[in-house]
Amino acid sequence: MNVHLQNEIEKLKKRILTIGAYVNDAIKDAVKSLRDRDPKLAKRVVDGDVRIDEMEVELEEECLKVLALHQPVATDLRFVVAILKINNDMERIADQASNIAERSISLADQDKMAYPEELNQMLEKTQEMLNKSLHALIEMDVDLAREVISEDDEVDDLNREIYKLTQQSISRQPERLSCFINIMSVSRQLERIADLVTNIAEDIIYMVEGEIIRHKN
Amino acid sequence: MNAITQKIPGDSRISSRIHVPDSGMIPSGGAAGVMIKVKNLNFYYGKEQVLFDNNLDIKKNHITAIIGPSGCGKSTHIRTYNRIHELYRDQHATGEIIMGGRNIISAAVDPVDLRRRVGMIFQKPSPFPMSVFDNVAYGLKINYKLKKGELAYRVEQALQRAALWEEVKDKLNEPGSALSGGQQQRLCIARSIAIEPEVLLMDEPASAIDPIATAKIEELMLELKSKYTIVIVTHAMQQAARVSDYTAFFYRGVIVEYGDTKQVFTNPKEKRTEDYITGRFG
Repeated sequence: MNVHLQNEIEKLKKRILTIGAYVNDAIKDAVKSLRDRDPKLAKRVVDGDVRIDEMEVELEEECLKVLALHQPVATDLRFVVAILKINNDMERIADQASNIAERSISLADQDKMAYPEELNQMLEKTQEMLNKSLHALIEMDVDLAREVISEDDEVDDLNREIYKLTQQSISRQPERLSCFINIMSVSRQLERIADLVTNIAEDIIYMVEGEIIRHKN
Repeated sequence: MNAITQKIPGDSRISSRIHVPDSGMIPSGGAAGVMIKVKNLNFYYGKEQVLFDNNLDIKKNHITAIIGPSGCGKSTHIRTYNRIHELYRDQHATGEIIMGGRNIISAAVDPVDLRRRVGMIFQKPSPFPMSVFDNVAYGLKINYKLKKGELAYRVEQALQRAALWEEVKDKLNEPGSALSGGQQQRLCIARSIAIEPEVLLMDEPASAIDPIATAKIEELMLELKSKYTIVIVTHAMQQAARVSDYTAFFYRGVIVEYGDTKQVFTNPKEKRTEDYITGRFG
């Protein structure tokens, strides 16, 4: 039993889960700031992104160290490679959360109009997908990961729906153009988050089963 | 892939599912280019059986690595390919090893001729107690009647192919044992390939030499495979992963898994292979 390598792998797992928790909070707060029109909370999300960026770099360095020093194979190799990729996706999700928070700051200054129901559904769905993928990562649960992947289409549909709705709204209420653009932008960020969460789920399946399922419908 | 259920000798509790590629034991790539076909090979030290129904296809002009824990039968297995085991008392093999359409472990095949076709490199560099030149010329002199000029040409060619010529061309008359460990091992490779074998067996060829010399041997193996079929037994898993095209994992005399090296090292099919290569064994 290569105890040293197993200890390193445990450390990587702890670190990725910590980043996951930070990213989850960032999304939650970004969504909350949007709903509550709370620019202070939104600002905290934007500022917090720096810490996630730092953690991403630290974890990448740790992964490279393990690859160089231990030259893992089989399940250990797949684990480290998957962590490298998940780490990168997590950081990009945090960037999207920060973008949403920026939209939220901008929307807080504008008149209080109700968000489309589809946007609320997207907010719920993407958070749920991220939660599930983190659980799948903790438990190495491929069934849950597959569930996440299957939910991505729903988010894509909602995004298209919001696009259509805002297009119509812009022509009806051109004076609110900037508000609608912000909503469309938030919808687009959420759709990207769902794509990144799907990547994470695919990497969890690769980690456990050794099969690359990307681009296979 | 088929799955054969087979008992692991010495442990009646374990029933192993052994994955073998479809057409016999040929890894992906098809039936073409099989150099050595091992069928139901069993091996005994006296009454003690140490290899159990080994089936394996060694592909021509490829490198096949044999890995497994100490005492699993890796060296014993490859030593049957040139019947070097017959030099020891109380050792015998049953089954078939087909090479060039003949079962090479049958008495009808001349072991001396077989050893000319199947060369062997050992763990410890073993130059003969003679000059660098004579080490390489030795096999040539025994096997062929060559004129002096032709002999010198063949020696140079073998040393060139073993990537040693540049380092020894000015000390051909010095004793082989005066070279460094890594050079001695390449000298042994030159000695083997001088007589144009078809197969090169390497039993831990780099375990007694430093990492730089090891890298040279590995580079050399990759060069040599275009001309020869190479089978390497190694304890260094990373070495197997780096140089080989196919990998067989042996455990207690049984071939647990055999497949493309890339697949074996990224996604092995057998749990015991995974446990061994990731160091979780035992």
